[in-house]
Amino acid sequence: MRATSDVAIVGVGATEYYRRGQSWPRTITELAGSAILAACEDAGLTAKDIDGFAYYSGAGAGYGQSMDTADFMETLGIPEVTFTAALTSGGGGAAGSIGLARAAIVAGDANVVVTVMALQQARQRLGSVFAAVPPSPLNSFIQPSGLSGPGHLMSVLTRRHMHDYGTRREAFAEIALSQRENAANRPKALKKEPLTRADYFNARMIAEPLCLYDFCLETDGAVAVITTSADRAKDLKQKPVPVVAAAHGGRREWGRAFGWMGMPGENFASSGHAPVAKHLYQRAGVGPADIDVALLYDHFSPMVLMQLEDYGFCAKGEGGEFVESGAIRYKGGSIPVNTHGGQLSEAYIIGMTHIKEGVEQMRGTAINQVPDAELALVSGGPAALPVSGLILGRDS
Amino acid sequence: MTALATALPGENVHITTDPYTEPFWQAAKEDRLVAAKCAGCGTFRMPPTPFCPNCQSREVEWAQLAGRAVVYSFSVVHGFPGLPDITLVAAVLELPDAPGARLVSNVIDVDPAQVRIGDEVEVLFSPIAEGWKLPLFRPAG
Repeated sequence: MRATSDVAIVGVGATEYYRRGQSWPRTITELAGSAILAACEDAGLTAKDIDGFAYYSGAGAGYGQSMDTADFMETLGIPEVTFTAALTSGGGGAAGSIGLARAAIVAGDANVVVTVMALQQARQRLGSVFAAVPPSPLNSFIQPSGLSGPGHLMSVLTRRHMHDYGTRREAFAEIALSQRENAANRPKALKKEPLTRADYFNARMIAEPLCLYDFCLETDGAVAVITTSADRAKDLKQKPVPVVAAAHGGRREWGRAFGWMGMPGENFASSGHAPVAKHLYQRAGVGPADIDVALLYDHFSPMVLMQLEDYGFCAKGEGGEFVESGAIRYKGGSIPVNTHGGQLSEAYIIGMTHIKEGVEQMRGTAINQVPDAELALVSGGPAALPVSGLILGRDS
Repeated sequence: MTALATALPGENVHITTDPYTEPFWQAAKEDRLVAAKCAGCGTFRMPPTPFCPNCQSREVEWAQLAGRAVVYSFSVVHGFPGLPDITLVAAVLELPDAPGARLVSNVIDVDPAQVRIGDEVEVLFSPIAEGWKLPLFRPAG
């Protein structure tokens, strides 16, 4: 029994995607504003219809930059907002931000709610951000070790997963290769050239067991999504994409994640998504067998594998074998994963490209369309809590 | 010849403290490894924080540790901003005499290819910026 969807995504918009630092002289406000206007155009709305903002990452734009509702109102001519809020922490909230929009709409606090992420890495690349931030009393217990970026921290989790479950680098290679194949026919993808197993295994090791191709791209650009009530959605330009369920949060056992390594055994070698998956499926009234396409946050390839376990596509510890069987391939797989090429090959906009792809899959307009797909799973994180998940449906 | 794992040059390593973490670093200055232990229920917690997450007590004891640790997981890190050629073994360490608490540090003076989960290591203290010392670890003798 599927839950009733009270809200729907009605518009998505994106800028071009750029290699890190290449988007200047565009600015964060201009990139984000362009994505918002494109999402309005897509929906058949104007900027004057917007009355709410539901951000994540604390309304940050990458690390060290921010987005501001008042800026958007002033520059885009939005007359009045009645809701503007953000999920705490970082990219883990990407999928859950649509749940925040839903909360505002269902409560009657706003009608047309924008979620947007813009990223410009001119000053600081994300890949070494933990080395660049000033020491704090807490990060003084990690920073001196030389774990300089998010992938370095996740490499430690990966090592433990390999130790506990016999997971092989071949599985991480399969994730990188399959996603690269999915990016090949996408006009805006930053990495389209074929990636071979030899390329993968000959690549530079960054933080063993992770190599260059286990790390996502570092990108500039912006993506915006517009959510409104199911009733309002009926009158707009696009086929509505119902929000079947959204969940964000997580348990203390995953805790500070990037900034803490105290997770108990089973949680250490995980994505921290198991509790969110449980709530998400309960709210949706569906299980992993009902999901037709999975857009899983792929900042680092092993974290895709650990999410496949936490979302129940395979048993805990069996992610490696599952992936190596070809199960996540767009062509021939049982659960196509990151049909857009993901953050490993298309572009990294801190989770937003996954929502965009989920919407296109449910509209039936995706470039790598999964035939007859009726439910798409989208995730945000693994990262510091909250992490999040979203199930989108197809309008009947 | 494989490069032995090292640590970041001490002058590049900066820390800050607050009243809850400072005793750890003051002990390190005296070449002592300590861990925060709840004075109410005995639960260890690291990094040190204001409350015991088990019983919420604010009372803390600083347990003196023997300085031995076991590698719970690790990463072989190639390069650091400004130090492209450095090789670090960044390790998550379990402390047998502070069960439940972990430290993140470096294992040094070891061929990175020889490090394994479960390896026993022992502490040494290395000078860093502003007169502090950092606990590092090497294979236990």
